[in-house]
Amino acid sequence: MGFKTPLHALHVEAGAKIVDFGGWDMPLHYGSQIDEHHAVRGHAGVFDVSHMGVVDVCGVRARDFLSRVLANNPDKLRRAGKAFYTCMLDERGGIIDDLIVYFLDDDWFRIVVNAGTRDADLAWLHRHAGAFDVDVVPREDLAMLAVQGPQARELAAPLVEVGADAALALKPFNATLANEWMVARTGYTGEDGFEIVLPAAEIAALWRALASNGVAPAGLGARDTLRLEAGMNLYGQDMDTSVTPLECGLAWTVALEPADRDFIGRAAVEGVEPAVRFTGLVLDGRGVMRPQQVVHTDAGDGEITSGSFSPTLGRSIALARIPVGAGDRVEVEIRGRRLPAHCVKPPFVRHGKAIVDLD
Amino acid sequence: MSEVPSELKYTSEHEWVRREEDGSVTIGITEHAQSALGELVFVEIPEVGSQVAAGDACAVVESVKAASDVYAPIGGEILAGNDALADAPEKVNEDPYTDGWLFRLRPDDDKDLDELMDAEAYEALLAEQD
Repeated sequence: MGFKTPLHALHVEAGAKIVDFGGWDMPLHYGSQIDEHHAVRGHAGVFDVSHMGVVDVCGVRARDFLSRVLANNPDKLRRAGKAFYTCMLDERGGIIDDLIVYFLDDDWFRIVVNAGTRDADLAWLHRHAGAFDVDVVPREDLAMLAVQGPQARELAAPLVEVGADAALALKPFNATLANEWMVARTGYTGEDGFEIVLPAAEIAALWRALASNGVAPAGLGARDTLRLEAGMNLYGQDMDTSVTPLECGLAWTVALEPADRDFIGRAAVEGVEPAVRFTGLVLDGRGVMRPQQVVHTDAGDGEITSGSFSPTLGRSIALARIPVGAGDRVEVEIRGRRLPAHCVKPPFVRHGKAIVDLD
Repeated sequence: MSEVPSELKYTSEHEWVRREEDGSVTIGITEHAQSALGELVFVEIPEVGSQVAAGDACAVVESVKAASDVYAPIGGEILAGNDALADAPEKVNEDPYTDGWLFRLRPDDDKDLDELMDAEAYEALLAEQD
């Protein structure tokens, strides 16, 4: 028995298959994970992401504190509501977690962290917060859902507390607040949409209203194939404390400028040439690539970190770490056989369309 | 509770076996098996004309979650595979006992069929595993 979100009873009532995820009882699907995937790519779907940790960082030196613990530079967040994606590193450059940071007010940032790493994150943040006299406040009173898909914003905007006009006016990676609601134009699917943080007591009503607007409930199964098609990493699979951002395609999130910004992990990633290349793979024929399968290349062996079936492409796709210098044609060891695959640059799918070469 | 048709034979690996009038047998996976696997995305069927022994891994059903071998319940020669599954693997999920059949074989020895479980025994096995 794991933690339950405020929507748990609704998931069960809707016939969801419930699985453990990061200590939480979460819906894997509501009947067909593939149909849910297509609903998000073609129309709109809604995910319960209340298992994720919403943590407020408050204090006059909140920005300085985040500048110390984040690999991306919070000085990029100047206008209230602006957000970015970043990693939090340990001294060895290992990834403690990946998170989204929202700048909400001069002395108020909000971060959203993974369920499975929440406790470790909080311990790390508390450990470093003292020097900056900031408060790190987990918001157990809030819940969160993600509405994603080409129709998502239009269908969700009339239902949110911030008002439809304010919601529809949001630019990507921006958020707006009203009465404990935060509506952000962010997501984890490669589609447009909102992530909505709101009081736990209000999420069931929003969920029902979205459903009656024709937004399809979608589970973690679809969330995983959608994020993989979008070329987005999953913590614990594509990265953890044993790899640096340079080894999982996230060098772009590490802000080395200005040179005097002393963030934790800087020394371990600055000027370092990684020995591995993080790449997307498309399997040439039938079969499905899975995590931990060996990738044979002309420069040595690599490993699949995330692999699945792509419902949009009708092929198996994967993220993998292979040796630097390897050619683009590789073989993946699947159930005792070597099957040909080729390297591509993720994302595989953007806004519903394949954007990689399938052959 | 999973559907377990009474006229079929079963294996502990969750395959079903139907004896046809011409003496051949048709093989598929059970309702319980398809449900546990989740939505199928690929099915690999054995080559027609090949000879298999009881317990040989001779087909693969691959779902969004995992790949799983399908074993020959009895020895024999493969007579046919369900080619429709190449483009529509979901038939195994939708109709595991009819349109979702996997392959057909000619038994080496008809008596081997008697070694398989009947519906009652298979239901007992499912109850035990629940």
